[in-house]
Parts: sequence; C-alpha cells; structure tokens
Amino acid sequence: MTDEQDKPLSLVMFSGTDDKLTAAAVLTVGAAAMGRPVNLFLQYYALDAFRAGKVNADHALSPEATATQAPIIRRHKGQHWIELLKQAKDVGEVNIQACALSMDMFGIGREDLDPIVDGIEGVAAFMASAAEGPVVFI
Amino acid sequence: MSAVQIEKTIDARGMACPGPLMNLIGAIRQGQVGQVFEVLSSDEGSKTDIPAWVAKAKHELVEVVQDDGYARFIVRKAR
Repeated sequence: MTDEQDKPLSLVMFSGTDDKLTAAAVLTVGAAAMGRPVNLFLQYYALDAFRAGKVNADHALSPEATATQAPIIRRHKGQHWIELLKQAKDVGEVNIQACALSMDMFGIGREDLDPIVDGIEGVAAFMASAAEGPVVFI
Repeated sequence: MSAVQIEKTIDARGMACPGPLMNLIGAIRQGQVGQVFEVLSSDEGSKTDIPAWVAKAKHELVEVVQDDGYARFIVRKAR
C-alpha cells in the first residue's frame, strides 16, 4: 500500500499566466520537498510559456486579478516560477512533460521548448504516471 | 537558548514562502549528520512548513524560538 503522502501529485498546467504558473510551481516545490513525485503536463497556454527564451517574458495575469490586486502581485518579492521549478527538480522527483496534442496544435517542436521540459507525451502516458495520486487542473 | 552548537545560520528573513524551507533543505543536504542548522524566517508559512518537512525527512527539530517579527528554527541533520 502506498501511503497517501507518498502518492504522486500530477498537475495539468493549462493556464499560461504568471500567477497561475507561480501557484502551480509553489505546489510542485512543496510536494517535491515532501518527497512526493510530481508530474507536470503542459497544455495550451502553459505550454506556450515554456518556449525556449520565453519563460522570463511577461505572461500577464489571469482575468480574476483585479486592478487593485494586479500591482500587488507584480510587486511581490517571491521567486519566479521557473526558479521554483528548478528548485523542485533539485530537491525531488519532478517530471515535466509537454502535451503532444498541444505541441501539434501550436506547431511547437522539441527544440522550441525550454530545457527544463523533460519530454513530450500523450495524455494516456500522463494518466499512467498519475497512477493513484490526485490530478489537478490549473 | 539551548546549548547546541550551530553549524550555520541561514538568515531567510524577508524571503517569501517557500524560500526559507528551500534554503534549509539546501543547507541540510550539504551538511554532515549531527550538524545543527538555524533558519531565521519572517514567513508565516515556515511555522508549519519547516516542522512538517523536518518530520517527513526524519531530521530533528531541536527548537523553535519566536523572536520579534521572525522565528528561529533549530534543526539537527539526523541522517
């Protein structure tokens, strides 16, 4: 029996805005630090944010960020999501896969992706990695 | 204060969650078994994160001291 705390955490990353990418990266680094394997599946706008040379670009904020909240989020001194993901990979088992369908849809090749991305896979392979752990859609 | 000898103090005051914990993990990984590390953190998340990680990673939380505006976590690398 796998202990609940040891089950993989699998995040489907759909949104490509900096706030949601950061929220997902915080979950990833926390789970990795606690010894849980983490699988990230990059789809749609999140995949676009992982293009080589684009990770540090401004990816804007999600629509729920109000005019009052947006400047607060932008001023916050927390680390960039790519740095959090690098830390997560450093302390734990983190597997970052690009969704084959999204790659195809946007005409993105393996060489167009940031090297933090481990590979390209289909949804069934992602589900196999998720196994008995929760799947979270962000 | 306890009489333990602190190997290294990590001043993570002002860092956002999960920065202080990640700095502690880095220091513990580079340290020797038995060494004691101290993290200073003003991040509220550290109060729950550091004890949770120390228990999970099977190290020893020697002491948590609340100071003015920050907490001091003393952790022994146990393995």
